[in-house]
Amino acid sequence: MCLAIPGRLEEIQDRNGIVDFGGVRRTVDLSLLEKCKVGDYVIVHAGFAIQILDEKDALETLDLLRQLEATMD
Amino acid sequence: MDLSPFQSRELVERAAALLRRISPKEELRFMHVCGTHENTVARFGIRSLLPSQIKVVAGPGCPVCVTCPSEIDPAIEIARKHATVFTYGDMFGVPGSSMSLREARAEGAKVKVVYSVSDAIKMVNPVAGPSTFFSIGFETTAPLTASVIWSGLPKDFTFIVSHRLIPPALVALLDSGRIEIDGVICPGHVSTIVGTHPYEVLVKEFGIPVVISGFEPLDLVLSIIELVKQHKAGARVFNEYSRCVKPEGNTRARQLMDEVFEVCDMDWRGIGSLPSSGLRLREEFSDLDALKEFRVRTRRDSNMPRGCKCSQVLLGSLPPAECPLFASRCTPDSPVGPCMVSSEGTCRIWFLHGGRGS
Repeated sequence: MCLAIPGRLEEIQDRNGIVDFGGVRRTVDLSLLEKCKVGDYVIVHAGFAIQILDEKDALETLDLLRQLEATMD
Repeated sequence: MDLSPFQSRELVERAAALLRRISPKEELRFMHVCGTHENTVARFGIRSLLPSQIKVVAGPGCPVCVTCPSEIDPAIEIARKHATVFTYGDMFGVPGSSMSLREARAEGAKVKVVYSVSDAIKMVNPVAGPSTFFSIGFETTAPLTASVIWSGLPKDFTFIVSHRLIPPALVALLDSGRIEIDGVICPGHVSTIVGTHPYEVLVKEFGIPVVISGFEPLDLVLSIIELVKQHKAGARVFNEYSRCVKPEGNTRARQLMDEVFEVCDMDWRGIGSLPSSGLRLREEFSDLDALKEFRVRTRRDSNMPRGCKCSQVLLGSLPPAECPLFASRCTPDSPVGPCMVSSEGTCRIWFLHGGRGS
């Protein structure tokens, strides 16, 4: 039920936007976001964008494994 | 943005190897409270990668599974007599005290399944009479309904509000001793809305390790590693899903929820009443309450169907495969309990992924 999937914001039209989910484009309600811009990756739940994905944070999380392995060696 | 490394078999296996190296000898029992987490755990075989002393159990993380007959039955009555009832697909097949919305529709009740509350608004046909949205879900979903209420509705559009809150439910269940666990894997998308702060109480009051996790296999294994580390080094709230969850959450969504809803005590199906774990419309929006509008009487009922062990499954105290009905009398095609109906229900997930949750 709380499933939400990421997609790339392609267009903004007032409170809605067109989001591309790997080739499937759908109108998404953007009214729960403070601000967003074309090119942002948004996480979409039941037709509403609920957050913008942060690439820097994603890379930091991926780096956790390397850090953990380093502390074990 | 390339998120594929979070599904990388090589990285997941490296993380699992690391987990095996750091795991203590004693048994540790971690609970998640999200059907989407259980989907990842079962579908990707995460349990089979864990050391035998690490147990991951599913808690009450399927919102339609904990929606009571006292909410489903009125929705059926409204669909039969008063209005077209729109709801999410997960809710459609869940049995109330005698039938589901799906069965009611087969008998002529006006029920429509939608992906989004905005789709329900677009589909309103004023000629067909009033419309009611059966609004279920946790904090992830409640702001969507708040948003459409705030921005204006078509004429004769009302709501059955059945939203539930995860952090107060966790507090109540831990406080009553009904769940005994060594760590909590918190739901990433509920947390996207509420942020990290509402979980601090779990650390302060109960000393329980807490991790907020994403939904890819690597997210889950990294989160389990974090809980094992906290078991040794001390409990804290760690945000593994920082690419989506900010400490303050989504403030606009929370503000909208606060404008439209107020917190109330709530019955959870198979569990009973949990203090401050639900939402209802504020007084100024009471004209949107379908139960009042159509004068539908409700009778308090949070029982599971007879013979069904979903109440134990929801608290992580019974693996679905140990329920005598599992995969015999109770299957996705012919479900007895709600946990076999929804795609977020633990029984259905286990059934679809080999029957053992791994």
